[in-house]
Amino acid sequence: MSINPSSSTDISPLSLSIDQRLGSFHLQAELTLPGRGVTGIFGTSGSGKTSLLRLIAGLERPETGAIQLGDQVLLDTQRRICVPAHKRRIGVVFQEARLFPHYRVRGNLTYGMPTHAPDRFDEIVELLGIAPLLERMPGTLSGGEARRVAIGRALLSAPQLLLMDEPLTGLDGARKEELLRFIARLTKQVDIPVIYVSHDPEEISAIADHLVLMKSGNIVASAPLNHLLQRFDLTQELGGFDAASIIEGRVEQHDTRYHLTHLSLDERHRLVIPGTSAPIGSYLRIRILARDIALALTPPLATSYRNQLPATIEAMTTLPISPHSVELLLSVGANRLRARLTRKSSDEMALGVGKQVTALIRSVSVSHYS
Amino acid sequence: MTLSPAEWEAIRLSLLIGLAAVAWILPPGIAVAWWLARYDFRGKALVDGLIHLPLVLPPVVVGYLLLVALGRQGVVGQWLYASLGVSLPFTWQGAAVASGVMAFPLLVRALRLSLEAVDPKLEAAAKTLGANRWRIFTTITLPLAVPGLLTGTVLAFARALSEFGATITFASNIPGETRTLPLALYTLIQSPGQEAAAARLCILAIIIALFSLVASEWLARRTKQRLQERDVY
Repeated sequence: MSINPSSSTDISPLSLSIDQRLGSFHLQAELTLPGRGVTGIFGTSGSGKTSLLRLIAGLERPETGAIQLGDQVLLDTQRRICVPAHKRRIGVVFQEARLFPHYRVRGNLTYGMPTHAPDRFDEIVELLGIAPLLERMPGTLSGGEARRVAIGRALLSAPQLLLMDEPLTGLDGARKEELLRFIARLTKQVDIPVIYVSHDPEEISAIADHLVLMKSGNIVASAPLNHLLQRFDLTQELGGFDAASIIEGRVEQHDTRYHLTHLSLDERHRLVIPGTSAPIGSYLRIRILARDIALALTPPLATSYRNQLPATIEAMTTLPISPHSVELLLSVGANRLRARLTRKSSDEMALGVGKQVTALIRSVSVSHYS
Repeated sequence: MTLSPAEWEAIRLSLLIGLAAVAWILPPGIAVAWWLARYDFRGKALVDGLIHLPLVLPPVVVGYLLLVALGRQGVVGQWLYASLGVSLPFTWQGAAVASGVMAFPLLVRALRLSLEAVDPKLEAAAKTLGANRWRIFTTITLPLAVPGLLTGTVLAFARALSEFGATITFASNIPGETRTLPLALYTLIQSPGQEAAAARLCILAIIIALFSLVASEWLARRTKQRLQERDVY
């Protein structure tokens, strides 16, 4: 579909500008989102994220606005263009699965399948692990199963963009985790851009590459997740996200004796993390919480910290919301790490921008395979 | 119990007129029920009232209005006769029109309730899957409203079978043409010494009505079961 001459492989981005009043609620959004990967839309309930999604899908029409997907104008109120929802080719996974109760799972999956499209039925059914459910009626499915079918149904309609509106709502911890892993894997394997709406920081940091932060109908920020998590000024808005850094590392070797995995961040920097089953050479996305980083002026010799990275302090500040601590941004090669220390220790160590330190990393969590 | 040719004739006509009545009111009935269930518009209460009018008006009034409208000299009837050569009064088709009008509100009521119960969220989901309005209606909305459709159809059929006032006013009481079971019964009651024959027709009427009720109940339960089918664990 892409007729973008500069790059034929790149999927063109979504851009929108919307102005809509609903009672006392005023949604005002100007956005350009990347044409690939997962964009998380984060905000408390009532921030307008679901409305935004419905507008993109075409289920609602704003008073004024324009939406463009690639080179396709989906909406332009000035030119009186509004492509109806069923012609937008935008898949939606709703909060509730919304399966058609009178069709079997198979019928639900094939409902939106275009007649002249490559048959991806088997592939997607396998990817989602729903083959055993095909002949069941939706009423007999568990919450997690129904969600998976709903995701499959949306994917099989061959959308050019997939919208997910809190697809994990109402699932219990274990189911949630499982499905989150599914979605993360899916978004890597199925090459369409995804917009993922959630009010759960954990879900978003697990799968989003790009983050849009919404607050009472406005866009507060829109940037790669990593950049936003490192912005000191958004610490309060992103309070639910533990200040953290997300970095990628390449799996170098597995230490079976101690059950550890060695990652390289670049030629000079390595990390040891709890053992995973990721194949050698693959890339892992890992998350390091700001509070899990300690600093030392010289590399300590005898310590239980396995991970010590030479770092340079790039920025530091104290936020009014926590006057006792100092927020730091460290550069480790090309990567940046966010750290948080007490102001007292920072002063005692005489830390300052440009100072060389050693970052001691207490723990690392694996976000997902990439 | 063997039936006399006249009795057979009355039953045949009743069923024919009942089925014809249901057949012609189904398409507009579905359209109107959907319209009332899914859209809000100015004057909705008025439309609603007009549709329900046959339920509360004396049937004779409905029959008379039909004569005024569809009679050979009627507003629509004149045109029908002149352009299509169709004349409805005093024909079984006319009887079907009269009983259809009387049954219409029952069909619309039952169907509308059922359509209103269909979750618009499912329709929105279908829309995002590329289905246009017609496909959504035929594959999601209407199938999910089938219980109401069945109930409405059977109620309308039973109403059309038992229709008396409007039919006799508009289509008259012509043996072999418009003399349905109720009209035949009425005729028998009018003539002395026919009590036994009247009782037989009465019993027949009860049997037909009971049968259609049971059939509808069975159909409704079956569709409901299909909708809620559960696997055995």
